[in-house]
Amino acid sequence: MRHTLGVLVENQPGVLSRVAGLFSGRGFNIESLTVAPTLDPQVSHITLVTTGDETIMEQIVKQLNKLINVIKVVDFREVKFVDREMALIKVKAEAHTRAEALRIVDIFRGKVVDVSPNYFTIEVTGDEGKIEAILDLLAQQGIVEVVRTGKVAIARSKKNSKKK
Amino acid sequence: MKLTGAQIFFESLKAEGVDVMFGLPGGAVIDIYDEMPKHNIRHILVRHEQGATHMADGYARATGKVGVCLVTSGPGATNTVTGIATAYCDSIPIVVFTGQVPTALIGNDAFQEADIVGITRPCTKHNYLVKDVRDLARVIREAFFLARSGRPGPVLVDLPKDVIAGKTDFKYPKNIAMKGYKPTTEAHMGQIKRAYTAISKAKRPVIYAGGGVILSSAAKELKELGERLRCPVTTTLMGLGGFPAPHDLWLGMLGMHGTFRANMAVANTDMLISIGARFDDRVTGKLSEFAPSAKIIHIDIDPTSISKNVKVDIPIVGDCKDALKKLLKLVKESPIEDLEKQRQPWLDQIQKWKETYPLAYEQKDDVIKPQYVVEMLYKLCKDKNPIISTEVGQNQMWAAQYYHYSEPRTLLTSGGLGTMGYGMPAAIGAQAAFPGRLVIDIAGDGSIQMCIQELTTAVENNLPVKVAILNNQYLGMVRQWQQLFYEKQYCATCLKMAPDFVKLAEAYGAVGLRATKPSEVEKVILEAIASPKPVLMDFVVNPEECVYPMVPAGAATTEMILV
Ligand SMILES: Cc1ncc(C[n+]2csc(CCOP(=O)(O)OP(=O)(O)O)c2C)c(N)n1
Ligand SMILES: [Mg+2]
Repeated sequence: MRHTLGVLVENQPGVLSRVAGLFSGRGFNIESLTVAPTLDPQVSHITLVTTGDETIMEQIVKQLNKLINVIKVVDFREVKFVDREMALIKVKAEAHTRAEALRIVDIFRGKVVDVSPNYFTIEVTGDEGKIEAILDLLAQQGIVEVVRTGKVAIARSKKNSKKK
Repeated sequence: MKLTGAQIFFESLKAEGVDVMFGLPGGAVIDIYDEMPKHNIRHILVRHEQGATHMADGYARATGKVGVCLVTSGPGATNTVTGIATAYCDSIPIVVFTGQVPTALIGNDAFQEADIVGITRPCTKHNYLVKDVRDLARVIREAFFLARSGRPGPVLVDLPKDVIAGKTDFKYPKNIAMKGYKPTTEAHMGQIKRAYTAISKAKRPVIYAGGGVILSSAAKELKELGERLRCPVTTTLMGLGGFPAPHDLWLGMLGMHGTFRANMAVANTDMLISIGARFDDRVTGKLSEFAPSAKIIHIDIDPTSISKNVKVDIPIVGDCKDALKKLLKLVKESPIEDLEKQRQPWLDQIQKWKETYPLAYEQKDDVIKPQYVVEMLYKLCKDKNPIISTEVGQNQMWAAQYYHYSEPRTLLTSGGLGTMGYGMPAAIGAQAAFPGRLVIDIAGDGSIQMCIQELTTAVENNLPVKVAILNNQYLGMVRQWQQLFYEKQYCATCLKMAPDFVKLAEAYGAVGLRATKPSEVEKVILEAIASPKPVLMDFVVNPEECVYPMVPAGAATTEMILV
């Protein structure tokens, strides 16, 4: 099973490698990881997507909490949350396919952020299902490159925005 | 007044109550060494930085205080890794200070630069690179606090040369503000009550205690709990000394080389009370058959230890001592009725197991049995309340089986990492803490050669440790596996090519003694413990002796090979 965790960490050098090292050292999986400072510049937020059964998830949460620089772990299995991901997609856009590409972008409320004679670069934001869906449709146009941010998540209650 | 980093280093150490440190200088820390003579902290010069870490570790295990070492950058730092990992696996509080190239050169592949913070990240509780002298006092304060609090462990502090030379105002911080570090030390009363209700109903309880009991100084409480519940007690290797052996409730150690009765008791118990132990594979054997009919209570200060290997029924996060005190209060308030009568069938059963397969070996008059040496050490030294350290391998297991530890902090052994070479430097560290006490390293002929150079350190500093080499001319434990599981192909385990240990001891300025016949064992031991100097005893023992019982790796703990 895939699970999303929110991890508040002290914004210090080496913290990310402590988190990443924990996962590699113990054989846990990282599917995606995003990190950026919070409102408090001394604290960063990591959204981490991982896989594991109940026992592994319990270990992951405990092990993260054990890291000295980790302030708080939010286990999104226990909290309602909203998550989003952004993708930049470079697709072929030749004379006969441009209109179709634009139509798809429109349906998904994406944006064309860069245009060249033969390519569009499209920005699209949404949950994972939406990103997968647009990628599927654009595949017919010919996707040249995709860069995804990985998931960011926030709890629906106020819980997540406060520090421990 | 402004102090240099080096001065701050010493003032901070004094504030932490450090009286001794183990180290070896180099360019990156030369300013600290230059400052050293002005301060009243004993420095023990080692001959290899691995030795310094094991000494700090042995000091910490013997005293309960934080052990300290100081080494230079690059190779000095990397030489500490084995000792740090050893301390990490056994949760031993040490602080390792490493020199580092000047901050401006970090990342430039400068001379003697090593990313020691990166290298030791997975084997320290936490580590620091100090980039500004203004952070130094705070970091040292945090390092000692982290090392000794919660689940203890090694902390490394990397000190760039310009930080050591830099100047700032000094004030040792009183308080510590670490947002992400709040270990749970107080056991939850609700869980303790649940635990006691379950214990009251049990018919065949067993206490399984580990190193946590020693780390939290809970041996007194453990003994009282065992006695008040009339509950048999076994411990892990790390827990030896946590319960006073011999004792009528004492089962001996459990696990791969545990006693028959300890493993049988655990296999048949209906209530396993685990205290400060972590269900290591050397203890559990095949997980699915470990304590199969038991409810399990697990007391541990580290939540990650709980339900990591074995799913437990009643988890209790907290310091062992606090949990045991609370549990004892309940036991005293509402004692179990008819305890004696209730417990008798279980204790009778255990007695039967004990009589069926006691630990045993046969000593004839020709060749010395290694077990005999350990038994004689026990017999001749126990009244002196010695500290025993061990190397790793068969020697370590015989030291666990045939020596009996009646007090905590009297056995220093590398349990989790199993580090050959640990024993002698650990003994030296303990001797530095207790100059008047008898400290004995029970060693193997292989292991002792891994840190033999520290014999010089012992001689130079008048630390008269005694080393008893059980010289079987083999990497014996590996040979035992080859004998039992690899059709006796003794590939790369023969140590016939060896130094003359007696001459070697003498070359180092220590005393060398040898026994080749059983009749000589007692004399050698008595002579060694009477000597004011470090002594190396070379006991030439039966080469192909095996440690029994033995649970093959991955088998159920009831599947013991018995002799
Ligand atoms: C540093 C290190 N290297 C290798 C091993 C693997 N190992 C475990 S026991 C052992 C044999 C130890 O030989 P010796 O010290 O003579 O002890 P004996 O088993 O013969 O008593 C070895 C090589 C180890 N534990 N530590
Ligand atoms: Mg040997």
